[in-house]
Amino acid sequence: MNERILIAGFGGQGALTAGQLIASLYLNRGVNVTWMPSYGAEMRGGTANCSVIASDGVIGSPIVSANAGIVMALNSPSLDKFEPVAAPGGTVILNTSIVTRGLKRGDVKSIKIDASNIAVNELKNIKVANMVMLGAYLTLHPEFTDDEIERVLNDRFGAKAAALIPLNMKAIASGKANAAR
Amino acid sequence: MKTLMKGNEAVSAAAIAAGCKAFFGYPITPQNEIPEYMSAKMAESGGVFVQAESEIAAINMIYGGAAAGARVMTSSSSPGIALKQEGISYLCAARLPCLIVSVMRCGPGLGGILPSQADYFQATRGGGNGDYNTPVYAPNSIQEATDLVQKAFNVAEQYRTPVMVVMDGLLGQMMEPAEIKPIPRFKNDTDKYATNGESGRRGRNIVNSLNLQAAALEQSNLRLAEVYKEIIKNEVMYESTVEDGDELVIAAYGTPSRIAQNAVAELRARGIKTGLIRPVTLWPFPDLAFQSLPSSVKNVLVCELSMGQMVQDVRLALNGKLPVHFYGRTGGVIFEPEEIVEKALEIAGGGQ
Amino acid sequence: MAVIYEKSKGLNERALTYCPGCTHGIVHKLVAETLVELDVLGRAVAIAPVGCSVFAYDFFNCDGVQAAHGRAPAVATGIKRCAPDSIVFTYQGDGDLAAIGTAETVHAAHRGENITVIFINNAIYGMTGGQLAPTTLIDQKTSTSPFGRSQSAQGLPIKVCEMLAAIPSSFYLERTSVHDVPNIRKTKKAIKKAFQYQIENRGFTMVEILSTCPTGWNLTPVDSMGFVKDQMMPYYPLGVYKDGGAE
Repeated sequence: MNERILIAGFGGQGALTAGQLIASLYLNRGVNVTWMPSYGAEMRGGTANCSVIASDGVIGSPIVSANAGIVMALNSPSLDKFEPVAAPGGTVILNTSIVTRGLKRGDVKSIKIDASNIAVNELKNIKVANMVMLGAYLTLHPEFTDDEIERVLNDRFGAKAAALIPLNMKAIASGKANAAR
Repeated sequence: MKTLMKGNEAVSAAAIAAGCKAFFGYPITPQNEIPEYMSAKMAESGGVFVQAESEIAAINMIYGGAAAGARVMTSSSSPGIALKQEGISYLCAARLPCLIVSVMRCGPGLGGILPSQADYFQATRGGGNGDYNTPVYAPNSIQEATDLVQKAFNVAEQYRTPVMVVMDGLLGQMMEPAEIKPIPRFKNDTDKYATNGESGRRGRNIVNSLNLQAAALEQSNLRLAEVYKEIIKNEVMYESTVEDGDELVIAAYGTPSRIAQNAVAELRARGIKTGLIRPVTLWPFPDLAFQSLPSSVKNVLVCELSMGQMVQDVRLALNGKLPVHFYGRTGGVIFEPEEIVEKALEIAGGGQ
Repeated sequence: MAVIYEKSKGLNERALTYCPGCTHGIVHKLVAETLVELDVLGRAVAIAPVGCSVFAYDFFNCDGVQAAHGRAPAVATGIKRCAPDSIVFTYQGDGDLAAIGTAETVHAAHRGENITVIFINNAIYGMTGGQLAPTTLIDQKTSTSPFGRSQSAQGLPIKVCEMLAAIPSSFYLERTSVHDVPNIRKTKKAIKKAFQYQIENRGFTMVEILSTCPTGWNLTPVDSMGFVKDQMMPYYPLGVYKDGGAE
């Protein structure tokens, strides 16, 4: 296996956290993983992205700058910038709450999810939009069980934020349920 | 158990696990997670953290802390390491142990904050004055970084020298599964040299690099050279996958060695017998790895995120025995395995 | 026969390397006596600068460290933080402290480092052969101000006590002179007070001592004492600039 994921959005949308959770899911499966944040000048402009690679083999560069199997675009500028990075046959996951256009390319698939609106209206917390996106991603990987997902949330948020885990699980479930291929 | 750790935080945690007692540093991207981590964790572990007024002050606080006999560490990135060079020269001359972590970014000048290996010379040659060397470790994974940080403290104390761990910005910023595995600590007899205000108990100690007598200073340089000879004899580290029959050898260090590893696999799949040499110590350089190559090897290709620095050490090691080629990207551009493959095919004569 | 005077145990047997008429020797003696009288010689660490007192680590009978030019307060910070029971002092000249090492001086004071700085202000670079110092007086001729210091070209001489007094964390600052016996006695008191404060963990202490450089000034030792009194003291008024421990 060689899963190459690029997740991008505005700073604060939780793109980096979503990436860490995905990396942890694969880590717990015992494969090699890397997570690499953008830390260049773009960090100051309020956008954030990260690359996640999970592989049976040696991971060379941890940066996904081409051949992404998955691109998760939490906002429009991210789609503009990273749609070209998707590999032919790859999947772009769109947060349709704020990404208004569809894909320009014909050789990639899309998953549409109204992530920000679901977070605000259904879950009453805009901060979990990234979890809704994560749920949409997990429709591609039904092999990850709820137990596994809860475990990485526990590891990531620790005892202090344990109260937030049910909300995050609900957001992931909603993402799974509402993802439209 | 392995957990997902960010490179900069992992080396900090490893340093504390190794008993690092004091951290002195100054903010600079892309290594800020190190002082940030240390500012919180040193307080918990009863250690010292000072954010200095400059890189120059930080390395001189290191000089003081090391002189006091403590396990001390600083970290910085390229322009900041440039400012520390004077202090590193003094530390070498005064025979003081410390760890300096260098998370390389792009230069020259203010350059950029993206990953780079353009400070190989800065680490292995140094910009400080005089005849000195510092052992330099270049991990290629976060796990190895945590191992080498601990080893670096031991080597520093065993030979009483500053030691550097250099990482490209990739390694500093990325997260990978890693586990800190504590190693036995070198028993450092600080009474022999430390100026920690205990002369009343053990007699005076002096930490000094000044010597105005020609013959005496030459002797002290010769003693230093003896130490370096021992380090060269004992501390070289590298990995090699080169086998008898290989025609091409690729040399790379740090994270780019992993990219090169992917390229080597691709080349072998295409029938080009290729091996990889990965120096782990940049000084002392693994000359022998290159001097003992099988006679089947026709070409050596050095790949770096620079305009070509380690390639000079490879050429020195081979001393004209084999053609040495170079492929590099700079400015924060990271090469893909395909680029290395293409260069290798060009060298091998268009592929097979 | 009764001993009426002997060399302080705070200094070792090495002969001082200073020029005839230079007041470094007097200040060394005062510091050494103080360390002995406060019973902290065995805990002391002397940090020598680059400058005429570069060999100071060789003279004091305690641990000694030679620091890079200007960096003594940073080195002192490292030692004191890692060995809090030590009594750490830097011994610095005006070029070391007020030119190349200004940042280290200011920030050691700013952090309130619990160290003592002995600052020798002789208005010139002695060791390198009499060049302009940041403390060189207006119209004073040096080898790099052959026509005399001018305000337009080199600015006014820097007043270190006054500058550090403006830093909230500095604890004790006093300027003294060693040009005559009463002032030598006052200097001893100031040095003792500074070390006493350090022993009590009170923070950053500095004694600025107006000193002579007969060689660099091209004056006789006696005339040099006069230069301190008549030329330096009017511009660098003696006195306590800050005393956080005063009633």
